[in-house]
Amino acid sequence: MLKYTIRRVLGMIPMLFLISIVVFSLAKLMPGDSLSGEIDPSNTDPQYISEMREKLGYNDPVHEQYFRWITNFVQGDFGKSTRYKIPASEIIAERLPNTIFLGMMSLLITYVFAFFMGSFAGRKPYTLGDNIISTFNYIGLALPSFIAGVFAIYIFAFNLGWFPSNGSVNISLEPGTLDYWLSRIHHVLLPAIVLGALSTASYTQFLRNDIIENTRKDYVRTARAKGTPESKIYNTHIMRNSIIPLVTFLGIDIGVLVGGAIITETIFTYPGIGQLFLNSVTQRDYPVLMAVTMLLSFLTLFGNLVADLLYGLVDPRIRLD
Amino acid sequence: MGNSTLTNRENLLEVKNLKTYYPVKGGFLRRTVGNVKAVDDISFDIKAGETLGLVGESGCGKSTTGRTIIRLLKATGGQVLFEGKDITKLRGKSLQSIRQDIQMVFQDPYASLNPMQMVGDIVSEPILNYKSVNKNDLKNEVMDLLNRVGLPEDAYYKYAHEFSGGQRQRIGIARALALRPKLIIADEPVSALDVSVQSQVLNLLKELQDEFDLTFLFIAHDLSVVKHMSDRIGVMYLGSMAEIADRSSIYSEPLHPYTKALISAIPMPDPRRKSKRIVLQGDVPSPLNPPSGCPFHPRCPEARPECSAVKPALKEVKPGHQVACHLY
Repeated sequence: MLKYTIRRVLGMIPMLFLISIVVFSLAKLMPGDSLSGEIDPSNTDPQYISEMREKLGYNDPVHEQYFRWITNFVQGDFGKSTRYKIPASEIIAERLPNTIFLGMMSLLITYVFAFFMGSFAGRKPYTLGDNIISTFNYIGLALPSFIAGVFAIYIFAFNLGWFPSNGSVNISLEPGTLDYWLSRIHHVLLPAIVLGALSTASYTQFLRNDIIENTRKDYVRTARAKGTPESKIYNTHIMRNSIIPLVTFLGIDIGVLVGGAIITETIFTYPGIGQLFLNSVTQRDYPVLMAVTMLLSFLTLFGNLVADLLYGLVDPRIRLD
Repeated sequence: MGNSTLTNRENLLEVKNLKTYYPVKGGFLRRTVGNVKAVDDISFDIKAGETLGLVGESGCGKSTTGRTIIRLLKATGGQVLFEGKDITKLRGKSLQSIRQDIQMVFQDPYASLNPMQMVGDIVSEPILNYKSVNKNDLKNEVMDLLNRVGLPEDAYYKYAHEFSGGQRQRIGIARALALRPKLIIADEPVSALDVSVQSQVLNLLKELQDEFDLTFLFIAHDLSVVKHMSDRIGVMYLGSMAEIADRSSIYSEPLHPYTKALISAIPMPDPRRKSKRIVLQGDVPSPLNPPSGCPFHPRCPEARPECSAVKPALKEVKPGHQVACHLY
């Protein structure tokens, strides 16, 4: 297990290197650059602009620019935000907790709802309850989050007034107090539900189908023949085999939740990584954009690693070595 | 085990006119539009201590019979008397308790063991379902069982996937033995195994039968395996019992045309010997719509007009030899 982990972590290095080339190339291929953010915007003298372009290295060969960027990057210097004039790492560090908070809440909602709905639907398939749950799931799968988000804001924030429509906290509250944290939870709830709806729907269907499939397995018949009570058959024989795929989804979710929050965060103007990412694109804040993209790539790789390791932990048939 | 000693024994299991139908749903409202008559009115009995072999081709209802007896499936009609008590109507607690006495060894040793449980847990679960026992006693008992079926002691802490097919079937046998049942229904216990491993498992079953005084309902489609194991043999065709007799009569003087065809199809380990193989025409009819009269008549080389009209009842034509055929 340890050997496997080390091998996988080492294997991530060339992968990240390749990703960095792609990220850098894409940033270079995008129209425009962040030069205007790095120079005095009031000075429009062409002489000054071309001087600065030469000075800041924009005229260097592409591979030199890449190596300059990657050398700094691996040393922890992600560059300076051309918009906020502070290091990109600082902006990311400021936004990351919000996104993680949102992601955790949405994961919690996903797992709790998917577990209860999925196990109910799986135990009583093709009944009225199962059909109602399936209907909800297909709506959840069919609704894009930008539609669901807008409707959620319109109904629950504007019409019913149950939730705030934007932001991550009531800014008049003092950080650290109980009210502050309650306000944060209040703010995060609606976007978390919208963000979690899609995965709740698919997890519920996965769990339901796994339960139905495992109910028909031979070892369940064996358990019945040896006189195991039905409730125990469900809990130890069927459930434990059915949640394996769900546990491993957790790893993949790490990457998806951080990246998948882009649209949701933007709609709810929730100050997280997703919103920062979209803003950096429109504002040509390339250092931040590249750093965020690298972060998301890393989290995806990391999530896959976690998924594989979890698989080995929960399923005795899988041996990692 | 000689036949003479068995005749004095009592019937452990009596199956009377057992029927198991699978409903076929169809149409928009998913109403029952027909029945697959997997087991259609069969009767037989098993004496304590004997092995009754049940043979027949795929889909003839052998496994369904076994599963209905142990109540994994619900009987559509008829009775299953275990020690004189009808067990087809049992529910709840009384159903639970009858399962102590009847256990099953399943066909597929790969799929019938839970991949998430250690072997020790698989074997001790049936014991825990019925008794509360001290942890150490339980462990010793399970270790003994594993030893008895020829598995190493460290098997206790391993998972089923770490064993070969034959070893897994031994786990399945240990599990079935754990409750010290009186009757074991072995549903093709060796058909998924290598030929070389088959005989080991069969011999183990025979040894255990003597040691634990077990009665077997041995379901198989391999005639030589059945011959090796059984005291008496029942031949099934399309959900019905064609013939029941003791082992030697079935093999030396089969009466039912279907049994004759089956026996003639056993491969002989002698290349020079001329085989007088009876080749049956056509396919097994669908149990959804079985033929009228004798289920075998469309393929029977000796069919007569009455065969398509009246279903022959199982009747005793010689002592201990029952056959369902109009020829006798």
